Order: sequence, then structure tokens, then C-alpha cells
Amino acid sequence: MLEAKEVAYSYVKGRPILKSVSALVEPGSFLAILGVNGCGKSTLMACLDDALKPDSGIVLLDGAALSQVPRGHRAKKIALVAQHSHANRLTVYDAVLLGRKPHMQGAPSEEDHAVVSKVLSDLGLSDFALRYIDELSGGEYQKVVLARAFVQQTDVLLLDEPTNNLDPANQQEVMRVVREEVDARNLAAAAVLHDVNLALRWCDRFLMLKDGLVEALGGSEVITESSMLSVYNMESDIIEYNGRRIVVPR
Amino acid sequence: MEPETLVSRTKRMPGKRSPHCEYRRYARHKRAIVVALAVLVAGVATLSMTIGSADLSVVDVVLALFGGGDEYDRIVVWNLRMPRVLTALVGGVALAMAGCAFQSTLRNPLASASTLGISQGAAFGASVAIILLGANGAAAYEGVQFSSNPYVTVVCAFLGAMASTLVVLGLSRLREMTPESIVLAGVALSALFAGGTTMIQYFAEDSQVAAVVFWTFGDLSRVSYRELAIMGCVTAVSAVFFFLNRWNYNAMESGEAAAHGLGVNVRSVRLAGMFVAAAAAASIIAFCGIINFVGLVAPHVMRRFIGSDYRYLLPASAFAGAGLLLVSDIVAHAVVAPLILPIGAITSFVGAPMFLYLLFKGVSR
Repeated sequence: MLEAKEVAYSYVKGRPILKSVSALVEPGSFLAILGVNGCGKSTLMACLDDALKPDSGIVLLDGAALSQVPRGHRAKKIALVAQHSHANRLTVYDAVLLGRKPHMQGAPSEEDHAVVSKVLSDLGLSDFALRYIDELSGGEYQKVVLARAFVQQTDVLLLDEPTNNLDPANQQEVMRVVREEVDARNLAAAAVLHDVNLALRWCDRFLMLKDGLVEALGGSEVITESSMLSVYNMESDIIEYNGRRIVVPR
Repeated sequence: MEPETLVSRTKRMPGKRSPHCEYRRYARHKRAIVVALAVLVAGVATLSMTIGSADLSVVDVVLALFGGGDEYDRIVVWNLRMPRVLTALVGGVALAMAGCAFQSTLRNPLASASTLGISQGAAFGASVAIILLGANGAAAYEGVQFSSNPYVTVVCAFLGAMASTLVVLGLSRLREMTPESIVLAGVALSALFAGGTTMIQYFAEDSQVAAVVFWTFGDLSRVSYRELAIMGCVTAVSAVFFFLNRWNYNAMESGEAAAHGLGVNVRSVRLAGMFVAAAAAASIIAFCGIINFVGLVAPHVMRRFIGSDYRYLLPASAFAGAGLLLVSDIVAHAVVAPLILPIGAITSFVGAPMFLYLLFKGVSR
């Protein structure tokens, strides 16, 4: 379990991007972090992954200060799907095997290979295993990045804009894969997302950021006409379809 | 009944062979390529020992290597040609691995000893030693005799080479510098050192300028067994360091945030990698003079053939670098024998067309 308590962070002194943000990433729950561009979503994600040290406040991993957790141990507990991950000339298998790095003692073990084979099969990537990742389509590549995070076998999964540059079908596919992993492994997941409807389809908790503060936090009921107007400055209607809430811009 | 484990479940997967089985074959193939490269380099090294004014065949060289043949052949092989060939091997390995590490840690395909100011720093150091301190710039340079210890040039060249890297590392410690800024800082320092070298040469005697120019040509024949031992030690230590960091480099190829998520201390790995790579390249340049292009071209060529996995890319680049330097040495000796052409120019002549061919042939990327 990962918890941010009154986290504040500023890149430029006197201009905080996060003023005081508290949030909980719980097991079996998929949290969507929402807000306009530049509101601090990715900054919060970086604080949750210990890539940035909060100016004040604290991030707790299973009750212990994340900043005190050794980086090797942290990588066994928290996996990150980064916003900018570079496709290089590694095979799909090697790129996914890299996710076992925190568990490896020098060379990969049989167990490491077994985990990689299993995840590749589960995600339908077995046929691509020996292809270079710089030859894959955007959707296939994003699945490889997810597979790398899954083989880390962490309790927490953080995703920074995981559906960027993907077509609608691949956006749904990536989110479906994450949702299934959250349910299957009781994973605590959080994702920075821009598409509120995508978030409503696959996530169960929602954190809306505005001006460095939490505007709304809770289940899908926090996505309302007024919160959409307040956070995105966008007039919209919230309708129910097949038991799901959908945001329809006016 | 044994409890079901992930391993047993995967081994039992029906239908197609598991990705791991396919991968094992693929990994064997990669290892075979590395071994084939090593054998090829050994062959070229043997061939290289036949080149020179004394007429020796491959059989003579092989006999001499194993203590057979006549006394004369053994002396020629062990005392004259072996140091040169070993220098090419060690130099090629060090420069190629350093280039590999620079390109990974800085995530820049143009990062090398030349672009980061290491070569220019070494030339500046050598100029200071030869012109200002009156050191012996190049033992083989006829007509220029200086009295002081030739190691002054080596030490000054090494310090000059490292100065550039240390300034860049110092700046990056003071301020959080991106890899792009680090490379640009290296380019700026290159220009600074090149300007400094020009100024020193401008006020020097003609013979001193000639000695500096001769030093910058690069020469594998300057190196004795004792100096080779120093180069070999630095190269061996850096090779072990790079090998231990192979997974870190693989992670960093995926981007800083991804590497951080995998538990890599990106900043430390980058700074330590740059320092060790600079020390490896500087030790070779200090003893042999400027040898361009090996650190740039060898990793690039191998990346296209073997991929970006540093478990294979590092040894493959090392052998490719050694091979490139050996072939360049053969060309330098053979083209206008008995004259020996500057090795630094030949590495560019041999490497650049190969590089351009691969670039335009578009091998996968």
C-alpha cells in the first residue's frame, strides 16, 4: 500500500506545483489521477515512485517512509510504467526480462525466465518474443512495457499516461490488461490519465487535482458536472449507460 | 504430489514451445556470434604479425608463438610485433567499450572520446608536455630529441584527457545536467582544449610543433610490454566494471524514469560509467596518441548486428574495436610499405565507409 500524506513539491522556489496532496493507493483498487495539463499529476506520480523528494509531507510504503526504503527493495514493491519509455534494440523477451532485474542475483534464474514466459503468454506476446521492440506498433510496445512492470511482481503499479499516443482500441486493451492484473493479484494501481471516460470504464477510484490541491477524491460519484467544470473548466453532462457513468461534453 | 510452481506451470504449457525455449536458442546464437568475433580477431591478430619488414609467413608466426621456429622469428614475433598487436587488441577493446558505455550512460549515439573532449584534452596535455615542459613527444619521431622523461607526455596527456571529463562531471554534480547538456558541455570543452593547443603551438618552435603533430597521429609501435601492462590493467578493471553494470545499462536504454523504476541509481551509474570510460579511453590515448572513430563505430556496427543488449553488445563491441584497430594497423603498414601511415587516420578511413554503408543499407534501424 502506498500513501501520500500532504505532499508538496515545487520545481521553482515559491511556485509549488503540488501544495498539499494526500492520496491512498490501496490493494485491489485502481486509482485514476486526473486534472488539466501541468496540474502536477506526473509530479505526484514521481513523488509516489521516489523519483522526486517532496518539499514537505511524506510518502509511505506499507507504513514506512518511502525515501528510507533502499532502491532495490523499492523496485520489488513498486513498478512504474513511465510516460517516456524509449524503444531500443532489445528483443521483446529481453525487454520484459529486464523487469526481473530487481530480483536477479547476477544472471537471470529459471524462475525469472518462467515468470517472463508466463506474462508473455498471458499478454499474447509470445509470438513477438524475439522481435526487436523498436519494430513493434505503439500498442504492442505499450504491452511490452506493461509486461515488464508485471514481471517485477510488485504490490504497487504506477502508470504515467499509459495510453498516450494509442488508438482507442489499444487504449481499452491496455487498461483492460491492467484492470485484470489488479483484480487477479490484488494489486494497488494508480494511473495518470487524460481521458475521463477511459478512467470511468476501468478505474474504481478517482483523484482530481487542481492548483496543486485535491479537488475531489473517491469513487465514480466524484465525477460530476460541477467537478468537471471546476477541474477542466468544461461544461458537460454525466449520463448513465449500461450502469456506467459517462462524461458527455456539452 | 509436488506443489505447483510457476516454473512447472510454464514448462507444461501446451501447444507451441514456451518463449523461454525459443529464447534459449536465440541466446546461444548471440553467444556464438561473440565467440566467432573473438576467433576472427585472433585470426586477424595472427595475420597482423606477418606484416613488417622481416618476411614471416603465418606458419612462421604460429611456430614462433608456441616456441618453435628459428631464433630470429621468435625475436621478431615476441619482441617487435607482439607488443604492437597486443596494443591494438587492448586499445581497440578499451576504446570500443568506453564508447559503448558513453553511448549508454548519456543516451547519445554520438557520445565518444572525441565528442566529449577526451581526445582534445589529451592533445592539449601532450602539447603542454612537449612544448612547455620539453618532454619527448614521440620516441619514433626522427630529428626531434628532448632530454626529459617520455612519461611526462603520457602523464600530461592522461591528465588532459581526464580534465575534460572531470570538469563535465563536476558541473553535473553542481547542477542537475541532462545527458544532452553533458554532451554539449563536452563539445564546448573540446573546442576550448583545441583552442588551447593551437595557442601553445603558435608560440612553439617548428620542431616542437612537428613533435606534437606526430604525437596526435597515433602510433601503436610506441608501446612496450611495461606500458602495455598498465593499459591492460586499466582495460581489465574497466571491463569488469562495465560487465557488472550491464543490466543497469540495459535499463538506462529504456529511459531514466524506467531505469529508476527498476531500482537503478541513474545519476551514480551515469557519473561512474563516464569516469571509468574516460579513464579507459584516456589510458589508451595517452600511450598511443589520438585514435579516432573506434569508440564510435564499433558499438554502432555491433548494435545493428547484435542489438542493444549490453550482455552481448559490450563483448561484441570490444572484439569489433580490437578487429578494427588490427585491420587499420595492417592497412597502415601495407599501403605504402615500408612507410607506416598514421593509425588515427586509418581507423577513420576503415571505419567511416563501413559505418556509412550500414547507415544507408538500413540494417533494421
